[in-house]
Amino acid sequence: MYDFNYHRPKDIKQAVKILRDSEDGVPMSGGMTLVPTMKQRLAAPSDVVDIAAAAGSGIKASTSKVTIKAGTTHATVASHPGIQKHCPSLAALAGMIGDPHVRNKGTIGGSIANNDPAADYPSACLALAAKIVTNKRTIDADKFFKGLFETALRDNEIITEVEFACPKRGAYAKFPNPASRYAMVGVYVADHGRKGIRVAVTGATDSAHRNKAMEKALTEDFAPGALDSVKVKSDDMNDDIHASADYRAHLVTVMAKRAVAASG
Amino acid sequence: MSDSGIGARVPRKEDHRFITGQGNYTDDINLPKQTYAYFVRSPHAHAKLGRINTKAAEAAPGVVAVFTGKDVEADGIGGLICGWMIHSKDGSPMNAGPHPILASGKVRYVGDHVAVVIAESYAEAKAAAELVEVSYKVLPAVVDTATAATAKASVHDDIPNNTVFNWAIGDEDATAKAFSSASHVTTLDLVNNRLIPNAMEPRAAIGDYDGGSDSFTLYTTSQNPHVARLVLSAFIGIAPEHKLRVIAPDVGGGFGSKIFIYAEETVCVWAAKKVGRPIKWTAGRDEAFLADAHGRDHVSKAELAIDANGKIQALRVKTTANLGAYLSTFASSVPTYLYATLLSGQYNIPNIYAEVDTVYTNTAPVDAYRGAGRPEATYVVERLVETAARELGMDPAEFRSKNFVTEYPHQTPVIMCYDSGDYQDSLDKACALIKYDQFEKRRASSMRKGKMRGIGFSTYIEACGIAPSAAVGSLGAGVGLWESAEVRVNPTGNVEVLTGSHSHGQGHETTFAQLVADRLGIPIDQVEIVHGDTDKVQFGMGTYGSRSGAVGMTAISKALDKVEAKAKKVASHVMEAAEGDIEFKDGSFTVKGTDKAMAFGEVALAAYVAHSFPTDQIEPGLKEGAFHDPANFTFPAGCHICEVEVDPETGVTEIVDWVAVDDFGNIINPNIVEGQVHGGIAQGVGQALTENAVYDSGTGQLLSGSYMDYCMPRASDFPEFRLGFTVTECPTNPLGIKGCGEAGAIAAPAAVMNAVTNAIGVKEMDMPASPLNVWRALNASI
Repeated sequence: MYDFNYHRPKDIKQAVKILRDSEDGVPMSGGMTLVPTMKQRLAAPSDVVDIAAAAGSGIKASTSKVTIKAGTTHATVASHPGIQKHCPSLAALAGMIGDPHVRNKGTIGGSIANNDPAADYPSACLALAAKIVTNKRTIDADKFFKGLFETALRDNEIITEVEFACPKRGAYAKFPNPASRYAMVGVYVADHGRKGIRVAVTGATDSAHRNKAMEKALTEDFAPGALDSVKVKSDDMNDDIHASADYRAHLVTVMAKRAVAASG
Repeated sequence: MSDSGIGARVPRKEDHRFITGQGNYTDDINLPKQTYAYFVRSPHAHAKLGRINTKAAEAAPGVVAVFTGKDVEADGIGGLICGWMIHSKDGSPMNAGPHPILASGKVRYVGDHVAVVIAESYAEAKAAAELVEVSYKVLPAVVDTATAATAKASVHDDIPNNTVFNWAIGDEDATAKAFSSASHVTTLDLVNNRLIPNAMEPRAAIGDYDGGSDSFTLYTTSQNPHVARLVLSAFIGIAPEHKLRVIAPDVGGGFGSKIFIYAEETVCVWAAKKVGRPIKWTAGRDEAFLADAHGRDHVSKAELAIDANGKIQALRVKTTANLGAYLSTFASSVPTYLYATLLSGQYNIPNIYAEVDTVYTNTAPVDAYRGAGRPEATYVVERLVETAARELGMDPAEFRSKNFVTEYPHQTPVIMCYDSGDYQDSLDKACALIKYDQFEKRRASSMRKGKMRGIGFSTYIEACGIAPSAAVGSLGAGVGLWESAEVRVNPTGNVEVLTGSHSHGQGHETTFAQLVADRLGIPIDQVEIVHGDTDKVQFGMGTYGSRSGAVGMTAISKALDKVEAKAKKVASHVMEAAEGDIEFKDGSFTVKGTDKAMAFGEVALAAYVAHSFPTDQIEPGLKEGAFHDPANFTFPAGCHICEVEVDPETGVTEIVDWVAVDDFGNIINPNIVEGQVHGGIAQGVGQALTENAVYDSGTGQLLSGSYMDYCMPRASDFPEFRLGFTVTECPTNPLGIKGCGEAGAIAAPAAVMNAVTNAIGVKEMDMPASPLNVWRALNASI
């Protein structure tokens, strides 16, 4: 790890000022990706602006929506009675992230802003029609995830909270990478009633995405068998030593079916 | 049996310090004026070394010195050696390429050590290492085991076909004849996947030089500090043995990877004199992945010839073993005498012929890893036998029984002479434990859940207690493999035992003390086991090959015999009785036919007080040493049975049951033995299901270079192991013990793969049975 300046601003406004004034500053929330990357010397920011406290931790959950402040840890989300009641699939997803250390340190804002292709939360944002609130604006999840580690966030734009729509029913089925336990493929299926069915896939391609063909098939018949007719192409799938592109494509179908089955 | 003697479940004496953070590992040690080393490593698998510019690094903050291969050469420091000479079939000696401690001319794998930066702090050394400018001319990399011999590029320029040796064992013609008259031949192509050892404690070293006495001290994470001293002194030329002290303090796991003498500790001890200050190096986990000696990496074609009565007539195997870029300390012995000599398994096989070609590649050196050759042999034999039974439509247990060795001694066609065992007994007990007769019911019940259930056997044998010095000497070993012990009885009756064995997790401080407590009739807390320091223990060969019990403890037992004899002499003098009338039992010396008695402690005190000794007959003191050279290997064997459930949709394999019935001869401490079996199975399952060292076939970059990609097994991957034991005593040591440290890792891979292939109904499949590979196998078979 190279030397850097560490800051812990009181609020987001101060955080933005520090970032703007720094040579090559980065915001850090839980640091669960940034810190290992810095330790491996793959990142060398001049300034690390720790925004976990500034972003704050807090959850509001109702029958229709769940609002989570950006600095809320995965463990807090997983164990929140309101989320467990009104959006149990989201609590379950948070409980599957990483290991206890990561869940108690990593935050929802950090995970979404990083947009790791194998992260779990981006699929929740897409499946639960999330609104991602920043210090500047509100962005629909559908327009937020742009590609490999890329989002719609602009310079010095910081996520402050995320608002999820609670589905009538839904589930997240994850196939973890055997080594890292990141999602090798994760599929989040959510039935929002009149607002439609959403199927979001993570881990499989360069960024989480919705599978519209699956959504259409499930709109006609919300049953695992309905997905048999949906062919998942392997063209855009990631390919590595743990999973070939065709295996990943196959797993998208299997995990989608399991998510449908688990949705009840 | 006492509560602390042989056979007792004594809690491990060493655990208190380990689990309370009071262990003393190499990295815990800090010497005054200590500096820190960081190695500049090659980012390329194969490249010509151009100019190395160290100026900027030397000028960086905190830097004490920067050294390269030129400095090593200028000081006349030799390269690392391989201590076991193997000759090719044509009689020519193996091609051992130079293995400099800092690269010279070329770099040959990603992680090869190019230069060392020594600085006031680790951070400064690491930062300055980035300023060392190395010019590389990248060459094509040789990566693939099977094709290395025909690759265009040469890992070592003057070694043709990237070949270390083409070795063979057994009778080729007789084996061919047996195959030609066989009624059935089973053939398998097998890959024994490459593994990275991953000891919990990364390697570390501190080199120290004392100008006053002109002597060196090396603290190092070694399984055999005396061998390290011998090699550093006699072959590398660091210092004469009496001017070099090697200390291997608490060591956090080795699994073979800490047997070897590596470049890093050699550089630390050499450079300590040059900078006039101690130098510490501690490997990062990334360095452990890149530069610890890896294990396995065989590609084999194996065949089994069976006659019309279902009797095995011959086994033939052609193996190519990847030894990496350089020959590590014992690399050449692993795929030869530690591998092919076990190809008879538990079976009567009249004819065996094995050819082993070993190749250089642009990958990390490959050497012994838990089991060392024997897991590879067991994998060949047990996959073949199971497959043959399936092809013949025979029950795999019955086919094994039909071919078991049943009489001892049994001379195999591949050197080994099995001394004892009862393979049918362990098979029967394992079958009963897992309820083999109910398996089809369990399979049907799994099927109802949508899971494919399979069962796999592994009736393994291994050769432990390495080894008779004459035998290994005749096969090319550079050293004998005896062990030493010294028993020092103090005047107050407590005992220090100095052993040449080394404990890096095995629990010697407990088991060895149990033997001493048992023999001398004293409490176990009166016994201290001393190991791991060449200044304390005179010499020893260290710990590997499950040898510490059978060889190390036997040496202690012999020294205890001498202590008892001397103590009897002292007791006879004090109690004024004839020496022949002295009896020793339960810690008490008595005079036959009288009520005269002396406790062990009283005799010890008398031995040191010595006021009235007839000094021409009895020397004062009570201290004896012994060297033990075993008459034969020992042959632990047993039967492991694994049951798996495969999810056909995802390819995920779950191990749902495991029974192991092992014959380790007599057992000193069942807790420790069970722990060794558990750990061994976990490592073997790791190889079979999750672990895989993968290099990019084009660039030679290590793709599985961290825990994000190298999948270690986790506790949740295992069921509760159900263990049983059978006992046939080893006839060649007085304790009747055989060794248990590697059995699990030897038995497990074949059991898992036999179960997986049984579950999904395929014949050929390679490890690891990862979800991807199982899914592929399932879809290839549709």
